[in-house]
Amino acid sequence: MRKYYDDISRIAGNVVTVKAGGVGYDDLAVLTSDRGESLAQVIRLEGRQVSLQVFAGTQGVANNDRVRFLHKPMQVPFSDALLGRVFDGSGRPRDGRGPVEATPVDLGSPAVNPVKRRMPDKMVQTGIPMIDIFNSLVESQKLPIFSVAGEPYNELLARVGLQANADIIILGGMGLRHDDYLKFRDTFEQGGVLGRAIMFIHTAADPVVECLLVPDLCLAVGEQFALQGKTVLVLLTDMTAFSDALKEIAIVMEQIPSNRGYPGDLYTQLARRYEKAVDFDGAGSMTVLACVTMPGDDVTHPVPDNTGYITEGQFYLRNGRIEPFGSLSRLKQQVNGKTRDDHRSIMDACIQLYALCRESREKRDMGFEMSDWDKKLLAYGALFEEKIMDLSVNIPLFEALDRCWAILAECFDPAETGIRRATIEKHWPKPLS
Amino acid sequence: MTGKIVAVHGNLVIAETDTRVVQNSVGYCVRQDGVRLLSEVVRVRGRLADLQVFEETRGLRVGDTVEFRSEMLSVVLGPGLLGQIYDGLQNPLPKLAEQVGFFLQPGTYIHGLLPDKKWTFTPEIGVGAKVERGDVLGSVPEGIFKHQIMVPFGWQGSFTVERVAAAGDYTIEDEIAVLKDEAGQSRSVKMQQDWPVKLPLNVSRRRLMPTEALTTRVRIIDSMFPIVRGGTYCIPGPFGAGKTVLQQITSRHAEIDIVIVAACGERAGEVVETLREFPQLIDPRTGRSLMERTIIICNTSAMPVAAREASVYTAATLAEYYRQMGLDVLLLADSTSRWAQAMRELSGRLEEIPGEEAFPAYLESRIAAFYERAGAIELRNGKVGTLTIGGTVSPAGGNFEEPVTQGTLKVVGAFHGLSRARSDARRYPAIDPLDSWSKYAGIIESSKVSRVRSMLARGNEVRQMMTVVGEEGTSTEDFTVALKADFFDNCYLQQNAYDEVDGATPAERQKFVFDKILEVLDLDFGFEDKSTARQTMVRGSDLFRNWNYAASDSDEYRQLLERIDRFIATKGREE
Repeated sequence: MRKYYDDISRIAGNVVTVKAGGVGYDDLAVLTSDRGESLAQVIRLEGRQVSLQVFAGTQGVANNDRVRFLHKPMQVPFSDALLGRVFDGSGRPRDGRGPVEATPVDLGSPAVNPVKRRMPDKMVQTGIPMIDIFNSLVESQKLPIFSVAGEPYNELLARVGLQANADIIILGGMGLRHDDYLKFRDTFEQGGVLGRAIMFIHTAADPVVECLLVPDLCLAVGEQFALQGKTVLVLLTDMTAFSDALKEIAIVMEQIPSNRGYPGDLYTQLARRYEKAVDFDGAGSMTVLACVTMPGDDVTHPVPDNTGYITEGQFYLRNGRIEPFGSLSRLKQQVNGKTRDDHRSIMDACIQLYALCRESREKRDMGFEMSDWDKKLLAYGALFEEKIMDLSVNIPLFEALDRCWAILAECFDPAETGIRRATIEKHWPKPLS
Repeated sequence: MTGKIVAVHGNLVIAETDTRVVQNSVGYCVRQDGVRLLSEVVRVRGRLADLQVFEETRGLRVGDTVEFRSEMLSVVLGPGLLGQIYDGLQNPLPKLAEQVGFFLQPGTYIHGLLPDKKWTFTPEIGVGAKVERGDVLGSVPEGIFKHQIMVPFGWQGSFTVERVAAAGDYTIEDEIAVLKDEAGQSRSVKMQQDWPVKLPLNVSRRRLMPTEALTTRVRIIDSMFPIVRGGTYCIPGPFGAGKTVLQQITSRHAEIDIVIVAACGERAGEVVETLREFPQLIDPRTGRSLMERTIIICNTSAMPVAAREASVYTAATLAEYYRQMGLDVLLLADSTSRWAQAMRELSGRLEEIPGEEAFPAYLESRIAAFYERAGAIELRNGKVGTLTIGGTVSPAGGNFEEPVTQGTLKVVGAFHGLSRARSDARRYPAIDPLDSWSKYAGIIESSKVSRVRSMLARGNEVRQMMTVVGEEGTSTEDFTVALKADFFDNCYLQQNAYDEVDGATPAERQKFVFDKILEVLDLDFGFEDKSTARQTMVRGSDLFRNWNYAASDSDEYRQLLERIDRFIATKGREE
């Protein structure tokens, strides 16, 4: 027998409070109104008052509309039939094809036991020297791309997606513009990966609550594939839209905001998603690459700030280039010691010199006289930006390392690079005095 | 003693009950499917008890049963703690993995010690002896340590030893002694005992002034901003500045008996690194695996928030337990901000009036109380045990003017502030040499340290000036000061953590190198122009940096030292 409840006592924001009993926390419900059916999730129990977050929003909901509880948490069907498909934020097909019939899996599974994680040690080659040499991407890493709204972050995300050679690519779009979604689809199609891609797309026009589910859907599906031994790459864009959706719900629920209106548990909410990135000991792996737009290019904004504390580094995308300062891959040490013996020396030396070059540029811009050393640095900086930093550069790692040596030898004496003697002797492309 | 759930909000459950409820006692929320979720009573209002649940509350219903216990949240103490990997509530994670697989299942709890393992007990006390809590009854070998079996710390009054087990093999459940209290009642002692995590464990004659330097083999810490055994320090820094790496290095190289790593609300990957690498790493001081001196408490950011709050207390209690054996213990908490955030989340759900940035008003006193658990103590048998606490702080936006950093700075003895500017320029460890401080005395004479510090400050001033007046507007003398400051930074303060030799500098070598560098800093080079000055200092840096990479007593080391001496003797003209 189906049991319906229709005593709705409060409708505010996207939250509806209904009188009901025997309801589990986090359970799913269906709200039927004149506008049709919508899924909803229990977010608070207080005596007989049950607060529900309504996925489709509460516009047009009346105080005597019917609520039915499904007595299960949010689930997503999982099978290989998902491949090549596009869904919306509640898991409904978006590509005009029928729903996928398969065993459902719960969203938001418990945390992975840390002792069942492997030490990540497989480098993901992207062909982008700023990533491969200076901040290597590693399988199972969780890494955001910090950028401001106008930067080509979605293009970068798609490019990494294509070149990373993963078994399964899952794209989660949150607050995505419709043309951005189409662009992703076209890129995947042209790159020939559509057949192993799954997309969960929430566009800016869709109800905001559905945005909250996108990362969970992507990660639940990705996790299942990883458990089957697959290499999974999850691309999420844009996590700031997700955080803003969290903020909206928290404010409606009258939670005390902690920082710029965001709830106090923003860190926990983000961490629970990002931490799904994993290299299973005895199964596959899941790598998470996410875009985080920084409102006002402010990295201390709560969203990029909390993200930075969770993820294993970050790429800064600024002026169409991956910034060497601030960008960081925390896992690079796991892989860059095993590529080539000069990898780490080049990585450190090039960045230290480039930092000095920026100082010299500042001096120059203020009209100071340039010493010989400054001039060397300036020449180096220009070469480095053109041949290494430019995003259009697409070369394999070893070639990029050789290119760095060539630039160093063109600009400096060996001792000026700060590289230890033994490495210089082995790799310096010019005869040594 | 049971109650019924009347409300669920996140990990906060409100239960209605008529029975006795103890503040901070343990409760279990029983789900419909019979799974019992561990909880802690955090507030009592009339017939309502508020509990924070240490698991996800998914599936709990209004009307579900809550079982109340009278004991507070406790850990079990005894032999077998070392080398373990626990979650925040002392569940051994490897065993959990065996039982439930890849994922942590809510409601699965496992004994923190090995109940079946036999330990070789040696009695160290005779029948008829008078003892008090904390007194040693005997010992068992635990790895490289003599693990002392002590009179339970919670027992008040004095006791007479009625019986002690003979030397032999026993499990932690076996009775190893019987003590008679003042009223004539006999009580049985086992190797294991419980202790509530939120109460400091300190059974001692008195607290001592911590003075003995704790060598971490990180030069900038040991030489410039030292820490001491029994002291406290904090490492605040923006993300990506290297807090965790610094703690990992410390956990490896610190010259101390036992290290307890509390990964509190941080990345799981970093813990995995520690727990995969430590068993393979050999502690040069003992020749044994590093894991034998380490306990890892790991409540990573994806694990339930309330357990995160408990995890730092769990870690502190285990650390205090080993201190009671007269050992030197180092507790590394990464990160205390996550712990503070866990308090904030709960406080918000309890609808308490928020303080700054929505942190609860009691934040500072909680932080102070936590760091106060550190200290050097003189035990009743005259031995000295120490507990050093080092906590990282992850300030929002990297801004140190936030409540957690400020609350911590008030109570610690040393401050190793990491700077974004230094980490961006790859100057690791990114401890800011101008802002950081330490109230402790280290391995280098303080007069030498302050000389170097004032030179660094002066160098910084010159640099600032140069951004305004340019190099050409700076005198060669001033320019040399700036170069010398850079030289010291490059050759001494910066250290390559991933190099076997440079990554860990023992105290003796630090003293030697420091003096050698002082010789360079004290030299009056008398440079004619700035470009000679720069070239000379570049050559000097190159020599010293390569020297840092050379293993002590290797040929390379001696050759470089000779060249350095010549460099100093000729004021940089030759090497």
